[in-house]
Amino acid sequence: MASLWEYANPVKFMRLSGWLMPLSAVLAAGLIVTGLIWGLFFTAEDYRMGSSVKIIFIHVPSALMAINAWAMMLIASLIWLIRRHHVSALAAKAAAPVGAAMTMIALMTGAIWGQPMWGTWWAWDPRLTSFLILFLFYLGYIALWSAIDDADTAADLTSVLCLVGSVFAILSRYAAIFWNQGLHQGASLSVAPGERMDLSYRMPLYLCMIGFGLLFLALVLAGTRTEIRARRARALLTRERARA
Amino acid sequence: MIALLIRDLRLAFRAGGGFGLGLGFFLILAVLVPLGVGPDPATLGLIAPGILWVGALLACLLSLDRIFALDHEDGSLDLLATSPIPLEGVVAIKALAHWITTGLPLALAAPVLGILLNLAAPGFGVLIVSLALGTPALSMIGAFGAALTVGLKRGGLLMSLLVLPLYMPTLVFGAQAVTRAAQGLDAATPLLLLSGITAGSVALLPFAAAFALRINLR
Repeated sequence: MASLWEYANPVKFMRLSGWLMPLSAVLAAGLIVTGLIWGLFFTAEDYRMGSSVKIIFIHVPSALMAINAWAMMLIASLIWLIRRHHVSALAAKAAAPVGAAMTMIALMTGAIWGQPMWGTWWAWDPRLTSFLILFLFYLGYIALWSAIDDADTAADLTSVLCLVGSVFAILSRYAAIFWNQGLHQGASLSVAPGERMDLSYRMPLYLCMIGFGLLFLALVLAGTRTEIRARRARALLTRERARA
Repeated sequence: MIALLIRDLRLAFRAGGGFGLGLGFFLILAVLVPLGVGPDPATLGLIAPGILWVGALLACLLSLDRIFALDHEDGSLDLLATSPIPLEGVVAIKALAHWITTGLPLALAAPVLGILLNLAAPGFGVLIVSLALGTPALSMIGAFGAALTVGLKRGGLLMSLLVLPLYMPTLVFGAQAVTRAAQGLDAATPLLLLSGITAGSVALLPFAAAFALRINLR
């Protein structure tokens, strides 16, 4: 049984991700397309929200991945700080723009849905506010990566920022709840009976959520592969220059 | 450690501009807001807690790059890092010096600006208390941000992008405490939460900041 840590070796990681990346990309495309067509065209309309409710099939999965991307960056940062695997740091770097994009999608689909339903594009609701704050955290993290030239220094500093930022992001979430009463509805997929959506809505939503998860995986793998190749190219260039 | 504190304070007092700058900025902000919003006392009284807290936060932010940048430029930070004092202690002392030169004067000056902004009478006490309790967290978080960006040539703008999101919980609880007190409500809960953030930051962030400094001095 191969240990997970073997894939900290860039060569083994490249070999694994070489087939895992296209596979998850194709699966993600299939699941998202199926889920969206099922959700958009073959589900009943909500009796109060009409067809606008169907934006949930993009909104909820992207919001889910927006948070999970940060969690993945946190774990990858911890692995980098503890075990110094470069692949881990590069995966965290690759995940940040994807997470920021997911946060943006969640905010924008929410605004598009909120305009006809709440009568406003934006409200200072705790959930909306904490997502905007999360977006700012992503921006800061990406900015710090791009500001530092030395790759290892950048990986170290962004990892510390990710750890500290996680604590403050959670604090901000609860501060936002304290600060203002909410307009946003509760959890979409509550386990409590009676609060659950109908199965006909949950099935396509599950498909979209798995699809978005795989899409995130494919994008992060692609980003990490790019980073590894860029590093190889840089190492080769340095070697060439040293020889010349 | 006390010698280091006294040295930092002396530098801030004597190397002109470090000490009064934050206060001056705070005052100008309190003048600019009524000019922008209009002189209506009711409106000003409503937004006064938020403006005062945002102003204190920005005034703190302005002076953050002085925490490590000057010492990094002339090499004394390397000496401090090799000195017998642990780097965590150096960070904490420098944050304390920053607080004494910015946070504390801001807390003391805030009531005067509260009069300018027509803050309701019950809010004044809580305003001083909340700023005195909250600004140590601002200095400590700021020291962490300054430690992250100390090696960068143009770190100022980046640092504000990094530090301001970290300031949000402090701002929320601080401004909420003053708002509640100004409306005659009980302000104990936000004040307690604010002290919690300060206590947590002062206890944990010196380690994160010292770690970042060690990386930057490598």
